[in-house]
Amino acid sequence: MSSNHTENHGHDHDHDHDHEHSHLSPMDLRVRALESLLSAKGYIDPAALDRIIETYETDVGPHNGARVVAKAWVDPAFHDWLSKDATAAIASLGYTGRQGEHMVALMCSPTEHHMVVCTLCSCYPWPVLGLPPVWYKSAPYRSKVVRDPRGVLADFGQTLPASTHVRVWDSTAEVRYLVIPQRPEGTEDWTEAQLAALVTRDAMIGTDLLQAVS
Amino acid sequence: MNGPHDMGGMQCFGPVLPEQNEPLFHASWEGKALALTVAMGASGAWNIDQSRSTRESLPPATYLGSSYYEIWIRGLEQLMLSRDLVTQAELTSGQLQTPAKPVARVLQADQVRAALAAGSPSERTMAGAPHFAIGTRVMARNLHPAGHTRLPRYVRGHVGIIERVHGAHVLPDANSQVPADPQADWLYTVSFAAVDLWGADADPTARVSVDAWQGYLEAIA
Repeated sequence: MSSNHTENHGHDHDHDHDHEHSHLSPMDLRVRALESLLSAKGYIDPAALDRIIETYETDVGPHNGARVVAKAWVDPAFHDWLSKDATAAIASLGYTGRQGEHMVALMCSPTEHHMVVCTLCSCYPWPVLGLPPVWYKSAPYRSKVVRDPRGVLADFGQTLPASTHVRVWDSTAEVRYLVIPQRPEGTEDWTEAQLAALVTRDAMIGTDLLQAVS
Repeated sequence: MNGPHDMGGMQCFGPVLPEQNEPLFHASWEGKALALTVAMGASGAWNIDQSRSTRESLPPATYLGSSYYEIWIRGLEQLMLSRDLVTQAELTSGQLQTPAKPVARVLQADQVRAALAAGSPSERTMAGAPHFAIGTRVMARNLHPAGHTRLPRYVRGHVGIIERVHGAHVLPDANSQVPADPQADWLYTVSFAAVDLWGADADPTARVSVDAWQGYLEAIA
């Protein structure tokens, strides 16, 4: 199936559906029909759809959150600001808006580890992490992490020291949580850009533990 | 509503299966599902709480048997149908058969970046002060409303501690009604010991929190 998002929307409904769509899945057909209908009704601007998709394909993704984390690691004043007013601190780097209107940063330490979930739907901090992965939205994660967080870490091949306390944050309102992982040992001389490249998306959800660098 | 969306603590779904090198979309229609949902969300024909309420009101077997973007599309179709923006015959055919009904706004391509960057903050100014202070022990009320709520089943009736106060935010239980009642209430993070929620076998180091509106909570002695 093509992942091309730049096809000419205006022509879709001018062709023979049976011929053009014979290779498409039922959901593909269903969404195409909906898009054609809403466009014909004048409820949507088809070009706006492409802009929305492009935004999350190119601009907004976990590289944004990684920049927040790296800056928090190297800049104590920013770390302090992030702890007290994450929405403003993150906005200072240009990351604002939909599904990140009210941000809280969770600082991991040797004694406390944070994990984030939305058990009721799939709330996720889009401006800093982009769109959530399938596993985050899946029933296994949403059901298990609040009851057995270490079991979820094991599903990711991760083991937390037995003495480290685990905090699971269920995003049941419009507050969105960003996990600030511990800075790995061995990165003392690294630049902010090098550090940002080390930060994984899953570490900013809490399901990955960044390993020491040798 | 005690629906299939309220999954916290269920034990029947197996392990979490992360996908290596996962693509942003697994099929092109998923990107369209996202974009259609965002674009129509900007129309003003419904709010985010009505949207969530509609998705979780899908038949349970449909909800559990659908991928996430399928749920979004099914929810979007229901929202459009219930507001007479489209007919079932139009959805089936993809062809316009009835005149369009006016919507408050049509999101234009050149407005997308600004709209996404602005978002829709849920915090509101509210007179008075929050009832609960940080550190206060509270019980999550044993509520089972027929409509939409954001109080998960797994905390109801349990005692936790107020950890954060987030100001006043729009209350989903009221805002999800049709027509919407956009009243606000004080919002807190309340944390619970995992052993209190799940029993003695739970991780003794773990605490689980939810964000809960004041009306979801009651003071305890």
